Amino acid sequence: MYQNQILLAIDWILFTEKLVLIIVVVMVSLFVAMYSTYAERKVAAFMQDRIGPNRAGPFGILQPMADGLKLFFKEEIVPNFSSKFLFILGPILAMLTAIMVSAVIPWGDKLFIFGREVTLQIADINIGILYIFGVVSLGVYGIMIGGWASNNKFSLLGAMRAASQIISYELALGITLIALLMITGTLSLNEMVAQQKDNLWNIFLQPLGFLIFLICAFAETNRTPFDLPEAENELMGGYHAEYSSMKLGFYLFAEYVNMFLSGAVMTTLYFGGYDIPFVNDANLVHIIGQNWVTIIEGGVFFIKICLFIFFFMWVRWTVPRFRYDQLMNLGWKILLPLALFNMLVTGALILLRQNHWHF
Amino acid sequence: MEALTNRLKPVDRRKMNFWERIYLPAVVKGLSITLKHFFKKKVTINYPEEVRPFSPVFRGLQILNRDEEGRENCTACGLCALACPAEAITMECAERKPGEEHLYREEKYAAKYEINMLRCIFCGLCEEACPKDAVYLSETFAPANYQRKGFIYGKKDLLIPDPKTDPEGFAKAKGSRIKHPQGHGNEH
Repeated sequence: MYQNQILLAIDWILFTEKLVLIIVVVMVSLFVAMYSTYAERKVAAFMQDRIGPNRAGPFGILQPMADGLKLFFKEEIVPNFSSKFLFILGPILAMLTAIMVSAVIPWGDKLFIFGREVTLQIADINIGILYIFGVVSLGVYGIMIGGWASNNKFSLLGAMRAASQIISYELALGITLIALLMITGTLSLNEMVAQQKDNLWNIFLQPLGFLIFLICAFAETNRTPFDLPEAENELMGGYHAEYSSMKLGFYLFAEYVNMFLSGAVMTTLYFGGYDIPFVNDANLVHIIGQNWVTIIEGGVFFIKICLFIFFFMWVRWTVPRFRYDQLMNLGWKILLPLALFNMLVTGALILLRQNHWHF
Repeated sequence: MEALTNRLKPVDRRKMNFWERIYLPAVVKGLSITLKHFFKKKVTINYPEEVRPFSPVFRGLQILNRDEEGRENCTACGLCALACPAEAITMECAERKPGEEHLYREEKYAAKYEINMLRCIFCGLCEEACPKDAVYLSETFAPANYQRKGFIYGKKDLLIPDPKTDPEGFAKAKGSRIKHPQGHGNEH
């Protein structure tokens, strides 16, 4: 009787749609990461009064290809005393966790293709921001496993630094986020963007929170001034000292993917996501139609992320690296109390508002 | 203690105030400085395409000069080898045969003329010693080779191109240093 019944109905069109979206998002992340390396070198050069790479192609725009090709052709070295399985697992995990963040970020509103409504978000889960937190804290495993498996004291030192740094800064990050969540009242990134579209961007409601979040984002992505895990000049590259060829490439690449996606997360949380500034999106939909608005929104989102990436680089070529005790001081004695203070003030203000500003 | 020079700069060891301790104003100041440099004119010179002009007394690799008719000036007198503090120059002389007048300017010429570029210190004393205007330090520099013996330059490496068959190569090898027919560029 039940034999002809379909027990599990799979919406194959939805499946394809999501698959295409996943491929596009991953490709875009990798492409941006690739060109971030180029941008990084150009920005560094410009800030040091140089002109940067300009030999491969016009203005050196083929430089990332040349770098990638070089990495592919390098000899693949696995140290004799390393634990081979973990050694290979390290870069895989680093890359995987970096890309996994992109799954919950709303890249734009919805498109109408062939009468179907396609949302530009791979998975609109209602705990989006928690998911990001989970994945980001997994990210340290890539570094830790890689550093441990190398069986090299400098690698291990770098890995230890990375682990303790990320754990320390995740605390402040989480508490800042609590303040934000108290305001938005939702964990879904899509809803947060929808709220910011109609009202003020969260940066204006949570300026201190954003500052803490930004500093922690620098620490989480291991960017200067918090790049102690790699620290070329003291740890010879830290956790990836023993890596060569594309495994090294994966580590370096994962850092840039992280940068891109943390830019995306910060934009979503504090800068209105794909909201077009100074324009009422709902009115625009009536004028030029939903599809065009969505495309413009995607572009705006992208520009916002690029500004963040530029900021990351700008800071890198300005601020020198922290000493380790300074890093810990900042994390535990300054950012954490500040985040707590921010949370308390936010909570108090929300309560006051509910009470119509009476004590 | 009294300072010996006026270049002394006292270090400020006062405790930082609150504004300085929150660190962010200093960071913002630093960011503005780097941003200013971002838009500054770049100092890079794209080397093989662009070359920085040499100073008038620049001393590069030696060349063996020819006169306007393409004849070698060198008479293998050995004064350059004598003047050379690094003892980098050796030569062997030969007598000009009848029928070779278009090759060598005078009756005696250098059959072999070698400069060891690894020994040469580019002091230019050979140029000053030469009575025949035959050896010059040109504007060519940075020789590269895979083997040490490649740095012992013989006549074929040193001789300037023939001004009659290759006037462009001649002018290029001569460079801008040799302005006066008797001058060396670095005479007092």
